[in-house]
Amino acid sequence: MLAYVFRRLLSAIPTVFIIVTIAFFMMRIAPGGPFDLERPLDPLIMENINRAYNLDKPIWQQYLLYLGNLAQGDLGPSFTRRDFSVVDLFRTGLPVSIQLGAMALSLALVIGTFLGALAALRQNSWVDYMVVGTATLGITIPPFVIAPVLSLFFGVMLGWLPAGGWGGGQLRYLILPVATLALPQIAIIARLTRGATIEALRSNHVRTARAYGLPQRVVVGTHALRAAMLPVVSYLGPTAAALLTGSVVVETIFGIPGIGRYFVQGALGRDYTLVMGTVIVIAMFVIVFNLIVDILYAWLDPRVRYD
Amino acid sequence: MTDISLETDVLENGQGRSLWQDAWSRLKRNKAAIVSMLVLAAMALIGIFGPMFSPHPYDRIYPQYVRAPASFEAYPRADNILPAFESALARARVDIGEVTVEGSQARAAISDDEPIDERITRYVDRSDLFSNARIENLSADGMTGEMVADVQRLRFLFGTDANGRDVLTRTMIGIRISLAIGLLASMMALLLGVTYGAVSGYLGGRVDNVMMRFVDILYSLPFIFFVILLVVFFGRSFVLIFIAIGCTEWLDMARIVRGQTLTIKRQEYVEAAQAMGVTSWGILRRHVIPNTLGPVIVFVTLLVPKAILLESLLSFLGLGVQPPLTSLGLLISDGAANMRGASWLLIYPAITLTIILFALNFLGDGLRDALDPKDR
Repeated sequence: MLAYVFRRLLSAIPTVFIIVTIAFFMMRIAPGGPFDLERPLDPLIMENINRAYNLDKPIWQQYLLYLGNLAQGDLGPSFTRRDFSVVDLFRTGLPVSIQLGAMALSLALVIGTFLGALAALRQNSWVDYMVVGTATLGITIPPFVIAPVLSLFFGVMLGWLPAGGWGGGQLRYLILPVATLALPQIAIIARLTRGATIEALRSNHVRTARAYGLPQRVVVGTHALRAAMLPVVSYLGPTAAALLTGSVVVETIFGIPGIGRYFVQGALGRDYTLVMGTVIVIAMFVIVFNLIVDILYAWLDPRVRYD
Repeated sequence: MTDISLETDVLENGQGRSLWQDAWSRLKRNKAAIVSMLVLAAMALIGIFGPMFSPHPYDRIYPQYVRAPASFEAYPRADNILPAFESALARARVDIGEVTVEGSQARAAISDDEPIDERITRYVDRSDLFSNARIENLSADGMTGEMVADVQRLRFLFGTDANGRDVLTRTMIGIRISLAIGLLASMMALLLGVTYGAVSGYLGGRVDNVMMRFVDILYSLPFIFFVILLVVFFGRSFVLIFIAIGCTEWLDMARIVRGQTLTIKRQEYVEAAQAMGVTSWGILRRHVIPNTLGPVIVFVTLLVPKAILLESLLSFLGLGVQPPLTSLGLLISDGAANMRGASWLLIYPAITLTIILFALNFLGDGLRDALDPKDR
């Protein structure tokens, strides 16, 4: 197993390399530069700025320089946020995004699987219809509608919770953004779990467990749900990566200092290094979580072997 | 031929039912899907024809009605007419006598120490509240008379936005733009994805490997990266937004079609076509692509809401259509910015978008059940 993990991590290096290369050149192809202002700068100043950021060198040299720095863990200085290096920005922003994402993820996982399993066990009862109906609602309403509506309702009209802001990570400030992030995931996970559990309850190994006379608790808890978690787990891989690296919408609406906004802001401001950094961070999260998914797969389903 | 009694599944004239007839009869039994279809048709009609029948153009600004709350009652409110009329007259720099409002007519006695210039009516006309201002009962020396103006009764069922534009008309334009982008982007993804997937699957071997690795790589780049780059490249126009969304959404389609193609190309009828010397492109067009359409159509109906969402997200981030043109996403983003004190700006577009997405999702689910009865 360890050898497998090692092999997978090793094979991630060329993947990241290709992604870095594509992102680097696509970013440079885009017209405009990070220091383009409405009123053009004095050519001499422009030249100096370009020299300071190595933008005057031919593009392949810039690329090699970037790769060299990257290999040493240096993502370069941010072009639009002066005095900050990209690593600095991530050091302050990433914990915020991860905290929000992790809370939303665990909430979604617990509530989603619970509701899904409940609906599956009481298939075609009112519980089932309630869960399926609510899940459809949760999947349909986009976060950029949920977020302002929640903020309007609980923050402005009722005044129970702050309508936005980070507040140093106090729980009061976290509730609405976490709810916005979690609601669609709860809906999707509940639907996935429901479908998979219904299928698992009909499968041979569950029938065998029943035939052995195992109590319902064990049949459902250890045998059916374990098999039913497979599609949920494979859904969770990319989702976890997306949640933990922050959401543009949630961070913009609630004014949260995470890294979700960096990508869009960076791309619009031609902050080459910031965009590259974000792409790399996201890609690494995706790779790591896909690996975790595959490991969990082997643990959940003994038929899967990696050797 | 053996004499098999006709099953109910076989039509009277002895023909079997095609996949499409079968699917249609199954779809008809799904009430949610049928209701969704009707809702979508109604939305499409509202989007196409609604703005034509609306009394307010979508980009007309009413400076006097900025952030007017949504209401069935007509503006101006009765107790606002008098002050507004007086303030409009004050600009005309004439002495104002008695001012009265009767029904939909405002009337004021005016006098001046020199003959009254007819052109002062435009001070009144300039206001959004009044129209058809005129001077009546002008005395012989032209120094006293009456200013009469019709009160313009305007209704803003959804209120007006922060610039004083009618939200109802803007929502209807938003429906039009969002539906159009959703459809066009899905068509774009369909075209790209089906062609790419079918070619990759049919050619197989090394070509397939390279083509699919390319898709994998594109997958691992954040989608919004592309959209932003494309938008940045080509500017923010309507056409490019749906092309950008189409270009990012064809990857799943390509994978689905490739998977289908891999099974289809081993079928006997494809072998037969190859034996008869039909070209690869001919086989793709005549045999492979038509047979992948079932799952593809299901996927497209789920792609349309996705594209609408993407467009809304882009507009929300300020990368979508540019004002005064609008889309539901842009309206929601405006509403979110103005929700304190002007909640109608958020609520109506949000409800509209939700209804559309709901209908599309139900229709998609219904189509999936109808076209692909195995996959329930």
